[in-house]
Amino acid sequence: MAEKSMREALRMAMDEEMARDKNIILLGEEVAQYNGAYKVSQGLLDKYGPERVIDTPISEEGFTGVGVGAAMAGLRPIVEWMTFNFALMAIDQIYSNASKMRYMSGGQFGVPAVFRGPNGPAEYLAAQHSQALQSIYAHVPGLKVVSPSTPYDAKGMLKSAIRDDNPVIFMEAELMYGWKGEVPDKEYLIPFGEAAVKQKGNDVTLLGFSKPMSVILEAAGELTKEGINAEVIDLRSLRPLDEHSIYASVRKTNRCVIIDEAWPFASVGSHIGWLISKNCFDFLDAPVELVSSEDVPMPYNHTLELAAQPSAEKIIRAARRTLYRE
Amino acid sequence: MLALSPTMESGKIAQWSKKEGDPIESGDVLCQVETDKTTMDYESTSEGALLKIIAPEGSEVNVGDNIAIIGEKGEDISELPSETVQPESEKKEIAEPEQATHQKNPQEKSILTAQPAESEGNFPRGVPVSPLARKMAADKGIDLHSVKGSGPRGRIVKKDVEGYSPPQPNLHAPPRGAALRDEIIPVSEKRRVIAQRLSNSFYSAPHYSLSVEVVLETLLSARTRINKSSGEKISLNAFIVKFTAQTLVNHPMVNSSWEYETIHRYGTVDIALAVAQPDGLITPVVHDCETKGIRQIDHDLKELIGKARENRLAPEEYSGGTFTISNLGSMGIREFTAIINPPQAAILAVGEIVKKPLVDENNDLAVHNTMMLTLSCDHRILDGAVSAAFLSDLKKFLEYPIEALL
Repeated sequence: MAEKSMREALRMAMDEEMARDKNIILLGEEVAQYNGAYKVSQGLLDKYGPERVIDTPISEEGFTGVGVGAAMAGLRPIVEWMTFNFALMAIDQIYSNASKMRYMSGGQFGVPAVFRGPNGPAEYLAAQHSQALQSIYAHVPGLKVVSPSTPYDAKGMLKSAIRDDNPVIFMEAELMYGWKGEVPDKEYLIPFGEAAVKQKGNDVTLLGFSKPMSVILEAAGELTKEGINAEVIDLRSLRPLDEHSIYASVRKTNRCVIIDEAWPFASVGSHIGWLISKNCFDFLDAPVELVSSEDVPMPYNHTLELAAQPSAEKIIRAARRTLYRE
Repeated sequence: MLALSPTMESGKIAQWSKKEGDPIESGDVLCQVETDKTTMDYESTSEGALLKIIAPEGSEVNVGDNIAIIGEKGEDISELPSETVQPESEKKEIAEPEQATHQKNPQEKSILTAQPAESEGNFPRGVPVSPLARKMAADKGIDLHSVKGSGPRGRIVKKDVEGYSPPQPNLHAPPRGAALRDEIIPVSEKRRVIAQRLSNSFYSAPHYSLSVEVVLETLLSARTRINKSSGEKISLNAFIVKFTAQTLVNHPMVNSSWEYETIHRYGTVDIALAVAQPDGLITPVVHDCETKGIRQIDHDLKELIGKARENRLAPEEYSGGTFTISNLGSMGIREFTAIINPPQAAILAVGEIVKKPLVDENNDLAVHNTMMLTLSCDHRILDGAVSAAFLSDLKKFLEYPIEALL
């Protein structure tokens, strides 16, 4: 199987789907002539032409609205945001229109669109451009929100997202575009709502998604050296959420550390903490731990920048606390 | 409330498992009731919805009293008598009104009454236990009071419950350095019943006791041989229970109860064995000992003692005894007098096996394993000669087991 980078895996997904269905269009800033700000859409303009691969002005609310309207009119747009930080400008299109259109129109209009781009902390981008915003999207009913952690998952899940008849928020971690992994050329789909068990274990459950999966697996490896066998679960999809896998694991291990690089207050991670306390109460032997980013704007200073985010060391310490070893 | 055991007259509602408005199926556990023996699940015999709880947690309820109203959801129950039973703590306030007159500040009283009940379910408030540990302990019938927590602030966690072994009653001195302090310990329902029953027994039954020394050579060597050949260790208690049962068959008056106008001589020999628990003692009963072999008795004893230590005995397993044996031999007690377990006529106290030099009829001196048996008797039923004959036969059986077959 070929090793591919995350950006190549995403490109393969879009390429395969655009070849399959001529109603699929791609629009966003610099997606066409510049081949994408992160080179995800490289070569697609040459292949599919300017009618299907469209450069837009710097106007997030405008082109996101165009995407929503195009979807309502029968196309299947992929809207690329240069980053989710800029997509805040378009939040009304997502919150008020995309998510609720099927409901508000009594089922007459669906929005089969994908809104994708880089999310999460990166490096040296400071407070406004380095933040994990999944809880904003996961909060509103009507959206599907997914965030893969490997090139393999990215390809299969983006294809599922493009084929989905509902608006899907597809979050790619900014620092992951160059990460490599095995991606088959053959066609495959990864359905939403199915978490992946990355490592089996009995002592503590480590739950996470997206880029933090790498530090989670690093922490799990360190914990093994201490004789702690962690079960590692990659949620992959936040809405729908694979509650079954979460509960099955926590009921087995009786302890849980949730890792979410967003801020701790009212986040996806804190919500899962509540779900566990409600549905696994009689199986908990220790309080559920949440390793999040620190509750501050992202510092520019690199040392502070790293210190503000979840790290293997923070995860290890949280896991030890659930085992009453710290 | 229905009686949960034959001797139960009242019980304390320890914890409600259902709340008002909950749907109830027949067989659902409504609440936990602390009886004279143990804490038990109280199951519903009716179906419908729990409309009103009459007896709140902590209240003392007599058998036959209403504890809750079950009916159809939404049914009007305003006509039904449903005066709420007061928890004991509040009752006290009413029973001693003179206390209030001593209080200068009337607010003090309301602060006192506003205090939460001291215990909640299986555990006092303020001592932490993980939800998992709480559930595991409930499933296993382990009293969390006796589990030591290893988590922060002494939180009881899974491994503490898993690693829990029922405490052997520790009647020895506490380890050196343990700080002494004044302490007022509330009396558990069980302790209260033990105190009441044994005082009644001691004051109403005129006790006297007889002792005899038994030489165990034959029995011990037989037991050693049996244990070697079968690989399964039969306890000495099983032998003592069986020979006592056989002696009781021959002396049925000892297997009886004083019922004031009549004496009840029992048609079966149901022997109770005193087992210590952290908060008192309980006497599981091996029924029909006269028809059972030693191996069967040993099997029954092991099962019952195990359950007794975990507080899991069902009422039929600790009631209906016709005679009791109390053995303190394992704690190094050579000889003691036990108080009769009412309404039985006698109790046998078994001491430690001790090696002793004895002179035989040929004036030869030899070392033997001996054991002291003391029979406490209710003089209303048993005169000295009757008890002496029983004890002498028991000694004969234990020393020459073949005699029991004659």
